[in-house]
Amino acid sequence: MAVILDVLVQLGQLLLVLLLAPLLTGYVRKIKARLLRRQGPPLIQPYRDLLKLIRKEVVLADNASWVFRVAPYVIFAATWVAAALVPTFATGLMLSPAADLIAIVALLGSARFMLALAGLDVGTSFGGIGSSREMMIATLAEPAMLMIAFTVSLLAGSTQLSSVATFMQKPDVGLRVSLAMALVGLIMVAIAENARIPVDNPATHLELTMVHEAMILEYSGRHLAVIELAASLKLLLYMSLIGCVFVPWGVAVAGQELTAYAGSVVVYGFKLAVGGFLLAVFETATAKMRVFRVSDFLGAALMLGLLAALLLFVSRSV
Amino acid sequence: MDTLAIEVLLWCIVALVATGAMAVVFARRPVTTIIVYVITLIVSTIALATACWILVADAAVAQQLRLPIGLPWLGAHFRLDPLAAAFLTVVNLGGAAASLYGLGYGRHEHAPGRVLPFYPAFLAGMTLVVLADDAFTFLFTWELMSLASWALVMAHHRQEGNARAGYIYLLMAGLGTLSLLLSFGLLAGTDGGYAFDAIRSSPLSPNLAAAVLALALLGAGSKAGLVPLHVWLPLAHPAAPSHVSALMSGVMTKVAVYGFVRIVFDLLGPPIWWWGAVVLIFGGITAVLGVLHALMEHDLKRLLAYHTVENIGIIFIGLGLALSFRASDMRGPAALAMTAALFHVFNHSVFKSLLFFGSGAVLTATGERDMERLGGLIHRMPYTAFAFLIGSAAISALPPFNGFVSEWLTFQAILLSPQLPQWGLKFLVPAVGGLLALSAALAAACFVKAFGITFLGRARTSVAEKAKETDICSLSAMFGFVFLCLVAGILPGYFINALSPVVQMLVSAQMPQQTALEWFTIVPVVESRSSYNGLVLFILITFAACLAAYVIHRWASHAIRRSAPWDCGFPDANPAAQYTAGSFAQPIRRVFGTVVFHAREEVDMPPPGDPRPATLHVYLQDRVWDALYEPIAKVVGVTADGFNRVQFLSIRGYLTLVSGALVVLLVVLAVWQ
Repeated sequence: MAVILDVLVQLGQLLLVLLLAPLLTGYVRKIKARLLRRQGPPLIQPYRDLLKLIRKEVVLADNASWVFRVAPYVIFAATWVAAALVPTFATGLMLSPAADLIAIVALLGSARFMLALAGLDVGTSFGGIGSSREMMIATLAEPAMLMIAFTVSLLAGSTQLSSVATFMQKPDVGLRVSLAMALVGLIMVAIAENARIPVDNPATHLELTMVHEAMILEYSGRHLAVIELAASLKLLLYMSLIGCVFVPWGVAVAGQELTAYAGSVVVYGFKLAVGGFLLAVFETATAKMRVFRVSDFLGAALMLGLLAALLLFVSRSV
Repeated sequence: MDTLAIEVLLWCIVALVATGAMAVVFARRPVTTIIVYVITLIVSTIALATACWILVADAAVAQQLRLPIGLPWLGAHFRLDPLAAAFLTVVNLGGAAASLYGLGYGRHEHAPGRVLPFYPAFLAGMTLVVLADDAFTFLFTWELMSLASWALVMAHHRQEGNARAGYIYLLMAGLGTLSLLLSFGLLAGTDGGYAFDAIRSSPLSPNLAAAVLALALLGAGSKAGLVPLHVWLPLAHPAAPSHVSALMSGVMTKVAVYGFVRIVFDLLGPPIWWWGAVVLIFGGITAVLGVLHALMEHDLKRLLAYHTVENIGIIFIGLGLALSFRASDMRGPAALAMTAALFHVFNHSVFKSLLFFGSGAVLTATGERDMERLGGLIHRMPYTAFAFLIGSAAISALPPFNGFVSEWLTFQAILLSPQLPQWGLKFLVPAVGGLLALSAALAAACFVKAFGITFLGRARTSVAEKAKETDICSLSAMFGFVFLCLVAGILPGYFINALSPVVQMLVSAQMPQQTALEWFTIVPVVESRSSYNGLVLFILITFAACLAAYVIHRWASHAIRRSAPWDCGFPDANPAAQYTAGSFAQPIRRVFGTVVFHAREEVDMPPPGDPRPATLHVYLQDRVWDALYEPIAKVVGVTADGFNRVQFLSIRGYLTLVSGALVVLLVVLAVWQ
């Protein structure tokens, strides 16, 4: 019975992240539009976009190779698996021993690797500019993310996200300088990784300012749909990650009744709503920065992560 | 004592040496190429099987053998213990694959007489170094390995730059052997017991031990490519034929790591904590500098050689952690760090050989190593491209491949280091962790560049357009390694278990046995702390990707239409309009290069009306070369010029010089007594 429940919870999480991800994207867009006093598209517009895209034919560049056609599915799969491993509404998922926080970061790295290759595949200058800049951003964002992972796992004594979430739920964790730094760093990394303002603008097609959109410029039809869905999943993943590490309250512990899970799903939805709202407000209030300022932005995140880890290394014996 | 395995291995050596001698005689006949590579393939496979068998079956026993050759009062000692068996596996796996690859690749060789005799000797040298059990045999075979590889580097000596590469390699190899010679001298002490057993039983004072560590770092580090001793490596490794490049980068650097491990962990006795700190600092700097150099490089083979420098850094980070933990008698973490380092040794030998094989295939097909003149090869060489892609993903530490597992284990070891009592290490280790994370991220960027510019996009030159897929032998060698990259990535537990007797021998502890858990999850310490399962991830990713593809193709559209690229409405038919390796690396050069390389860009923009093309010049400085090697070269030059005058003295002058020297020596002797 317990095994069946485990499987159900894991499957539930897999489906939940997949279904919620476009809604979160639509919600952030809606809030942004409302903050700009526009009406904005309806909340379910991303679903409609996806459905429309998968029903359209693919227009493929003449010299696109199999990498270009396989990449969307690999990107989607890696992102989906990563998103399914982050505790959203319940800890102790069946699959969580398969990958810890470091492995989740690396899985996202795999997705990015394929995306950057896809950007180079057709041999256009926009694809190249996107890939090149994406990898430059990643060279700073990924170490920053790993240093934050170090900080969190040094505190919790585990890199396993379920254990981290359980640890953070305890009342004796308290406020810590390291945690505050890690939170700020993680938010900065999340903004960069999800191609949000001020690092990149998800709504732009202004040629010289785009990074993520430049890489996927040649994609159309179902390929584009899968990549868009993967991008939404990534946003959801980072919000879930921030939620499960820094506001872990209301997350159901493994082995509970189904009703407890229902409650925690509602709490999770609430967290996403708050996170999405804050993101929209932040994006509306910020201007996009020049590409070469991004290194300062992410360098600060890296330093925060390093400092946080260093503080923990010297402040206590874990 | 049963010495069957070691006898088999020594007979393998005999066969290799005989093959080399035969190749000298029959070098001109075309069939010799095939015969040599077939023999080396068979012999390496036998040696590989023997080493694997020792490692898996009865690992605890060490086999020893003494032959009455070499120095008369010493003889030649050989010993096959778990450490030797592990490195023999790496050496002979690389050797077997390179021989298989050579069967195809060697046919394009213009002067087989310059390659065939030295190739078996090189293999024999590497195997013997690992087997050696006394200082004399070790140094002699180390020199055999160095000289054979030097001869292979010089095989194409007329090509520009190769002679210089060979010269610098020879100098650095000489320096390395000298350091090792001195370190063995110190280890043997005044009694002069050069057999390793005698060395083990005579402990050193801390100061002498530190000197041995420094000399071992210098000697083994120069062969492995530790910064700042790496300068020869990116010159020499690419200069050799590609299967030899694969052996030099994938295997010979590992023999150097073996030398370091043998001296520091086995012969030197208990370590002191700051040894670990020194090794960690060198490892961290090597990892980041190596990959940054690689990013700036447009020559495919040289890029790979710089990546070897990076990976050696990662291995030394693992070794430094193991030393630090062992000094504080933290056996479990030491075992974890040691396993990570040794597993990375194996993994790097696999994917680096694979990548060099791929670059060799590209070189054969196009005659080009410069990425700026390649592009679009995935259409012409689909299998090579696939193999290179897997190798790139593995070296970039991406799951579910093998490179990720060993780096993950290193990260886990770093996370255990707050338990270390020393403050110096507490400050150092997180910084090194940051460097490791940075190098992993930079490696991914570098291999997006290497694969993307070489294999994707459109052909930049006509040679790239007319490239042909490589032969079946080369492809089977590459795909064997592709298979290993995946297997070691998704079933790492078996490899960790196979390494456990080695780790047990070196740090007196081992990681928990791994394969017992369901679905082959690996757990470095305890399950609540961290675990990883490459198999489940691989199945999940494959399943999710197939599911998505199936659902969409089944219920939505699977229509496809080919057309010209969109490119925001302004597609440029000229392949020169694509991104190049230089432009791809430009943002990273701006971010890191200004500090590390003093990178400067100058745009030469002619005024309107001037038909000259505008040009962009990029100036990079190799600061290690400028700061360390230039002054040494200058001092040597000035000294040599000074001594030059001695060459043109009169007979009286020489006589005065000789008698003066005699008097000085006699005075010295008199004062000494």
